[in-house]
Amino acid sequence: MIKFFLMVNKQGQTRLSKYYEHVEINKRTLLETEVIKSCLSRSSEQCSFIEFKDFKLIYRQYAALFIVVGVNDTENEMAIYEFIHNFVEVLDEYFSRVIMFNLDKVHIILDEMVLNGCIVETNRARILAPLLILDKMSES
Amino acid sequence: MALKMVKGSIDRMFDKNLQDLVRGIRNHKEDEAKYISQCIDEIKQELKQDNIAVKANAVCKLTYLQMLGYDISWAAFNIIEVMSASKFTFKRIGYLAASQCFHEGTDVIMLTTNQIRKDLSSPSQYDTGVALTGLSCFVTPDLARDLANDIMTLMSHTKPYIRKKAVLIMYKVFLKYPESLRPAFPRLKEKLEDPDPGVQSAAVNVICELARRNPKNYLSLAPLFFKLMTSSTNNWVLIKIIKLFGALTPLEPRLGKKLIEPLTNLIHSTSAMSLLYECVNTVIAVLISLSSGMPNHSASIQLCVQKLRILIEDSDQNLKYLGLLAMSKILRTHPKSVQAHKDLVLQCLDDKDESIRLRALDLLYGMVSKKNLVEIVKKLMSHVDKAEGTTYRDELLTKIIDICSQCNYQHITNFQWYISVLVELTRLEGTRHGHLIAAQMLDVAIRVKAIRKFAVSQMSALLDSAHLVASSTQRNGICEVLYAAAWICGEFSEHLQEPHQTLEAMLRPKVTTLPGHIQAVYVQNVVKLYASILQQKEQAAEPEAAQEVTQLMVDRLPQFVQSADLEVQERASCILQLVKHIQKLQAKDVPVAEEVSALFAGELNPVAPKAQKKVPVPEGLDLDAWINEPPSDSESEDEKPKAIFHDEEQRQAKQRQPEADEEELARRREARKQEQANNPFYIKSSPSPQKRYQDVPGVEHIPVVQIDLSVPLKVPGMPMSDQYVKLEEERRHRQRLERDKKRKKKKDKDKKGKPRRHGSLHTESDDDLAPAQQVDIVTEEMPENALPSDEDDKDPNDPYRALDIDLDKPLADSEKLPVQKHRNAETSKSPEKEDVPVVEKKVKKPKKKDKKHREKEREKKEKGKEARVEKEGEDLDFWLSTTPLPAAAPAPEEPGVNAVITAPKEEDEEPQREEQGDEEDDEDNERDPEKKSSKHKKKKHKKEKEERSKDKKKSKKKKPPGDEAAEPVENGALDEEPLPVRAHVQLLPPGREFLH
Repeated sequence: MIKFFLMVNKQGQTRLSKYYEHVEINKRTLLETEVIKSCLSRSSEQCSFIEFKDFKLIYRQYAALFIVVGVNDTENEMAIYEFIHNFVEVLDEYFSRVIMFNLDKVHIILDEMVLNGCIVETNRARILAPLLILDKMSES
Repeated sequence: MALKMVKGSIDRMFDKNLQDLVRGIRNHKEDEAKYISQCIDEIKQELKQDNIAVKANAVCKLTYLQMLGYDISWAAFNIIEVMSASKFTFKRIGYLAASQCFHEGTDVIMLTTNQIRKDLSSPSQYDTGVALTGLSCFVTPDLARDLANDIMTLMSHTKPYIRKKAVLIMYKVFLKYPESLRPAFPRLKEKLEDPDPGVQSAAVNVICELARRNPKNYLSLAPLFFKLMTSSTNNWVLIKIIKLFGALTPLEPRLGKKLIEPLTNLIHSTSAMSLLYECVNTVIAVLISLSSGMPNHSASIQLCVQKLRILIEDSDQNLKYLGLLAMSKILRTHPKSVQAHKDLVLQCLDDKDESIRLRALDLLYGMVSKKNLVEIVKKLMSHVDKAEGTTYRDELLTKIIDICSQCNYQHITNFQWYISVLVELTRLEGTRHGHLIAAQMLDVAIRVKAIRKFAVSQMSALLDSAHLVASSTQRNGICEVLYAAAWICGEFSEHLQEPHQTLEAMLRPKVTTLPGHIQAVYVQNVVKLYASILQQKEQAAEPEAAQEVTQLMVDRLPQFVQSADLEVQERASCILQLVKHIQKLQAKDVPVAEEVSALFAGELNPVAPKAQKKVPVPEGLDLDAWINEPPSDSESEDEKPKAIFHDEEQRQAKQRQPEADEEELARRREARKQEQANNPFYIKSSPSPQKRYQDVPGVEHIPVVQIDLSVPLKVPGMPMSDQYVKLEEERRHRQRLERDKKRKKKKDKDKKGKPRRHGSLHTESDDDLAPAQQVDIVTEEMPENALPSDEDDKDPNDPYRALDIDLDKPLADSEKLPVQKHRNAETSKSPEKEDVPVVEKKVKKPKKKDKKHREKEREKKEKGKEARVEKEGEDLDFWLSTTPLPAAAPAPEEPGVNAVITAPKEEDEEPQREEQGDEEDDEDNERDPEKKSSKHKKKKHKKEKEERSKDKKKSKKKKPPGDEAAEPVENGALDEEPLPVRAHVQLLPPGREFLH
């Protein structure tokens, strides 16, 4: 199960966070800081999996953006690693402009892909379908 | 009203939207907090307006701020307002905010129940979808109870988009409201065979998670999952199913046997690393569950190990890491197979990546044997010196200790070497693990009697150089080893070469800078040492020397009496009085040594860590009952200040105490023994066999210790463990020579001699290696009647415990999910009731289906409540006993991994996507014809199914062979859309390939 999903920039600022298990708001900030610190401290020659407290972190770096996924110990690391890329590809397909101003849409995409901590959809067309309909609705 | 609207939209134009907020925060880097608090004020104003658009915008901004770490729980009510907006664009903003910040403690959450129910039954699938998504984040036990039935109904919704989500939410519902599991389970099970792969995958996900926690309840689903596994082409689903099997196999070894073949086929054929990794993991789990006496499975292990070796050798650090991780799982059961790759693991110890080094360390744990332990530890010690970070160094240290102490020190042939290693480790600066080293020293010295002499000599050297350890490292843990050193020197003082020197070392003023608990041990053991010196001197008839020692004690002990640590102070003042008394007696030329050493007569034996817990509670004893009346509140308040005075009183009291003479001491000792004998809670020494020898005079029962004299007992100065490496080699060489000689005599000319000539350690088997010393490792003691169970590992707060429910038992009426009273059950079952007329045709069908479904259920219930349970068990038995289905996968002989890896990445996702895309189109554009036909078919199938199920019940025992074949036919969906053959697996991985 996925515990949380984070997008963080190199300066350590959270750009998107989604928790699939409830975490207190002040603990979130703390957790995010720690998570980011442990990801940033790693070099490119190190593997993308970190054992962190009682769970595992899987991260990937895209330019200045880190995507970090926290999972419980039964999750398949490699699958999550692929999933992150899948997610980025979907973002890539949908967004032509800066993602930052459309965070709510990123949330829609993420919600289509992950529900309840489980990966539910990996097919790009299906993931984007509700979003495209929404766009049509707001255009008209 | 209209005016208000216009006014609202004008206001709206001047409001910041999310984009402005994000920009604004960026532009106010220096006074961000101020800017944000300003924005929050604006948002509060916006939330007061009636215009829902303004509110939604405000909530949208709040969601962003919440992500930055600002608490927005104060806006919970506004969030609910936005959630109930009729326009989807606003509604979703509300739900998003709710999913980000609502939780069980949010009190307004109970206001949402009806809103959510309304959204769940909305005609728009996106309304429903957004409500389900939100619910998954903030469902509470109350919401779960109230909405369980609605969500369960949605599991049979016409749109796969909704079904998929509903199925997944059920998992959260089960967790919050366990009573819903049994009523909802049949439908969940149905969804495993849903025509839509997405729904299927969702159901697999949910059952997987459930089964992971309580696997035994899901064993009866194994045949179904097996079918899915051999037919599915979706790697994500395969991963989940295979993971599920990993949880089931420990319960049913026959299942494992059945799985091996398809899994090995997958391992051969797949190019997706994630799937390969999962398969390997499950194969390992299977092999663990199978008894080791299955020779044909060594091939599977070999396959796994080979594949893992490829991963570990890969330049991709991720694969390397996973390879090592999986390897460590194999290690637990098949250490031999892994040991063959020792070179690889040792190589990984030098990796740039710390995570990989740590994984390699884990592996080393299982790779050591009697013959390579010394060599491996030597390598680790050299790493300890090189290690840059303290965390990694500490990890190395713990690993060295773990490796050496594992399985009751079974790999250690020479304990002198081990003590030397421990002593060397004490020179580590800044480690946190001093207490670990100390514990090892104590354990070895206590349990390996043969080593005591050597240990004592080493420990006294350590005490002598204590200033090295203690001075530089005030605050770090290494001084803990002095605790062990002092105790060992005191307790086994008879082995000391120069007790007087050690005594002096322990009484140095510097000692008072050590932590209190260590000083306390010093004080206590100084007396033991003193006692043995007295004895020695009296026997040698040197009363002056004895008096000198006493004088030394009287001179030095006061420094401990002044200690701020209560324990040290108490012990020191007590002992000081005792020594002064002895001094008086000595002045009168009374021999005292005998009686002083009687204070420490008897041996302390190791007690197992859990022994205390395992002492059975005697009958008729209520441990929770009050012995005295519970103290009143006022008393407990007084307690603290009292303690301060208490301390002083105690000290005075102690000084006033009449000095007990030897007789008195002896009498007390006797009394104490008596009391202990009568005390049921005192762990008595007599009954446990390993302890009996100390009560009986004589030596026959003591295991004879043969010390190989080739190893010097006293190594000058601090020993280097390396010395032992050389010694060990020599010793082995000698052993080998002797063996060879014997062999020659026997004229045994087998080929084993050949590799031995190279002196390679690897060719020796462990059994050949005689230990340097015959050691008796005393086992730890357990109380009599110790309870064997290890119940203490279970966590009573585990939320999954509530879900440990028998799912095969027929459903009782009382267990049905609560249905809202104000709507009749019929309507709640068809959320599309208010659907647009175009789709009306379909509306009735699900109802019928449902009815039929329920009829069927009722029928089933009547016909064979009991039989069903049995039947499932039998079916499983039968299924397990048959040979596995020939796997559909044509496993390529030479796993064309490389070829596939280079395949164009588009191809990977494409075929699947097209197929799914078509489906989607079907639904969106020409749903009617498609749906109808499928409905018809389903109806037919339902009927068939019914009949068949009746048949089945009649001829349960005869028919089962048909079950396997019949099932696929039953499932209409599978017939309609022939799934691509298994070979496509190669083309459809979520594999890493498609990512590059």
